[in-house]
Amino acid sequence: MIAETGLAALWLAAALALLQLLLAFAGLKGGKPELLAAVRPAAVAQGLLTAIAFALLITLFLRSDMSVLLVATNSHSMKPWLYKFAGTWGNHEGSMLLWVTVMGVAGAAVALFERALKRDAHMATLGGQAAISLGFYAFLLFSSNPFARIDPPPPDGQGLNPLLQDPGLAFHPPTLYLGYVGLSVAFSFAIGALLTRQVDAAFARAMRPWVLAAWVLLTLGITAGSYWAYYELGWGGWWFWDPVENASLMPWLAATALLHSVTVLATRDALRAWTIMLAVIAFSMSMVGTFLVRSGILTSVHAFAVDPSRGSFILALLAIYIGGALALFGWRIGSVREGAPFELVSRETMLVANNLLLSVILGIVLIGTLYPLMTEAFGHKVSVGAPYFDRIAGPLALALMVVLAAGPLTRWRRDSASAVGKRLIVPALLLVVAAGVLAILAWGRIGVLPFLGLVIAIAVGAASIAPLWKRKLLRTPLFTWGMVIAHLGCAVSLAGMACDSAFTVEKLVAARPGDTIQTAGWTLRFVQIMPVAGDNWTALQADMQVDRGGAPVLIRPQSRFFASPPTSTSEAALLTRWNGQLYVVLGEEVEGGRWQMRIWWKPFVTFIWLGGIMIALGGALALVGRERRGWLLKWRARREVEA
Amino acid sequence: MKLLLALLMALVAVPAAAQTALPPAPWADRQIPDAAQERKAKALMETIRCLTCQSQSIADSGASMAGDMRSQIRERIMAGEQPEAIRTWLISRYGDWVSYEPTAAPILWPLWGAPLLFLGLGLLLLRGRIKRRKSR
Repeated sequence: MIAETGLAALWLAAALALLQLLLAFAGLKGGKPELLAAVRPAAVAQGLLTAIAFALLITLFLRSDMSVLLVATNSHSMKPWLYKFAGTWGNHEGSMLLWVTVMGVAGAAVALFERALKRDAHMATLGGQAAISLGFYAFLLFSSNPFARIDPPPPDGQGLNPLLQDPGLAFHPPTLYLGYVGLSVAFSFAIGALLTRQVDAAFARAMRPWVLAAWVLLTLGITAGSYWAYYELGWGGWWFWDPVENASLMPWLAATALLHSVTVLATRDALRAWTIMLAVIAFSMSMVGTFLVRSGILTSVHAFAVDPSRGSFILALLAIYIGGALALFGWRIGSVREGAPFELVSRETMLVANNLLLSVILGIVLIGTLYPLMTEAFGHKVSVGAPYFDRIAGPLALALMVVLAAGPLTRWRRDSASAVGKRLIVPALLLVVAAGVLAILAWGRIGVLPFLGLVIAIAVGAASIAPLWKRKLLRTPLFTWGMVIAHLGCAVSLAGMACDSAFTVEKLVAARPGDTIQTAGWTLRFVQIMPVAGDNWTALQADMQVDRGGAPVLIRPQSRFFASPPTSTSEAALLTRWNGQLYVVLGEEVEGGRWQMRIWWKPFVTFIWLGGIMIALGGALALVGRERRGWLLKWRARREVEA
Repeated sequence: MKLLLALLMALVAVPAAAQTALPPAPWADRQIPDAAQERKAKALMETIRCLTCQSQSIADSGASMAGDMRSQIRERIMAGEQPEAIRTWLISRYGDWVSYEPTAAPILWPLWGAPLLFLGLGLLLLRGRIKRRKSR
């Protein structure tokens, strides 16, 4: 019954989405407010129904109901409950249901909480949200039904990919999807604005919180995914330029650009057409990413099932939505008046430079990701990987960091180059000093990019806190704090990346119990190797006593074996210190009772994700700060009216 | 406890035994004593694709074939070969697919040209806009 109820809820939600679209269209076209009055309730009901369907699927997984095909193929009754729960979205159908649920709930949120938009624009936005939802309902119901039954039910399920059996699965996909699909709201806002021809500062102020919220969650999701890959895959890498990672990076780049251009539109009423374009691109990139990941065109830990018909379905959706939105853009943008003009040396120009660089990086990541697919069509298999992206996108990212340092120190409308230069004196001095010190200490031993990265990170770190200089810290608006923390986070993250690639010390050894290994100031004593057992795995576990002069700490890397499906994984042991992480992986046994071990000392590697969290936190503070100010202004206005 | 350990070892031993059929790869997980050479080898390994896994370089793959390739690379580096010569050898053996570093083959020209094109286009648009605005 549970599965059937879930399916019914999905069909009802799809029907409501159709109704929502028709009501909004007919109401706006015919000028019938009574039809428009029903749009918001339809959106809310749709959100509720998708949430119910999702909750029911979770219930099926928690109960290990093997009569449901999806549970039987992706779960196992012996799994710990957390992985039964999170396993709900650790497969194709479940993750698409999560996608549709986030879209439905986001639509309901826009219906319930959006107050700043004018009525017609609001209704057109909800109509747009319903239109994109419909395609994904169709995809789910016609080609990826999560509630299909299997008869007769198997005695037990086939289990979940052990690589996914990690607490990361409970956090990374939901936050990533909230961000990914949350961008659909920005897309719908753009559609609504184009249809009602209302692209102005008020529109930008209404859209900004939604963009910020999606961006914060996307940032967290990517950060979590990166850390997960780092500790789970056991090779010490934190970003592989894997097409699937690129698929999440592209919407983030577009959303980051959008976040900044929407601020220009909200503050200065400039960049109108461009902001609309970015809102369309951001969610389009989410859809392109989903196509890449879900179509089976790529195979990776994320591509759960390979089914060409699904690929064509998503490709068709992509063509309809992206093509449709761009056509609407081309048709209507001529009627959007050009925004306010601006001077060469101004905050606006800095933000335009930010947008330019982010867009070019986005273009590079997109073409680098798609290029192997294109050449394969011509029968020539090539790989585009880290060497290409690092070399091409790396310098642009560093240039972006320089803009990031100068932007917040430049005034809106008009500023003078010499004044901006003066404000940047301290960071510039730091840059020179850091470059000198680093050149003396490590010349010839580190690459050009890590060298520049570290030096720029130090200067940008100083520049990013400069907006707080000589201000009363407690009276500084929360959104300024948000900007400062997010920008500082970029510098922190960059410093982490540069330190990791410049100073990581790797040691590969084959050691016997009793052996002592020295590396990077650490002493590791291999005490013993023991078998251990978990809920659904057994493992060989090495006891290592490690120290660098102080009291020794026991760390335990494992080599795990899962019975269903039969797989082995390595669980790295990580020891975190303020200035880095010791990363130890237990490999296979080699001749003479010795064990392969990979040991890395990674200075300041944790800064990468700390920076990511700071960026998200900054976004959250900006969101809360802006919203709070809005409430306060409204509250004061109301009090004045009453008085 | 010893028995359990022995059992587990037997479990691990099966794949290990299967691997002995492959040519030995003494340098798969062993660093070159000379640090500069090891750095060179490592840098090259990071740009060579593991052919039996998905989207991983041979520097971070547990596959036995990746181990073989790592060993080959280390041995050739120790014999004094240049990394780019080894890359060319690998490409001649496995095709362009094996190298994450795109070559300068004509089919890849657009890939190298695209970033310049994007940047140029963007700057052109931007220059026109700011100029136009200044003249007002």
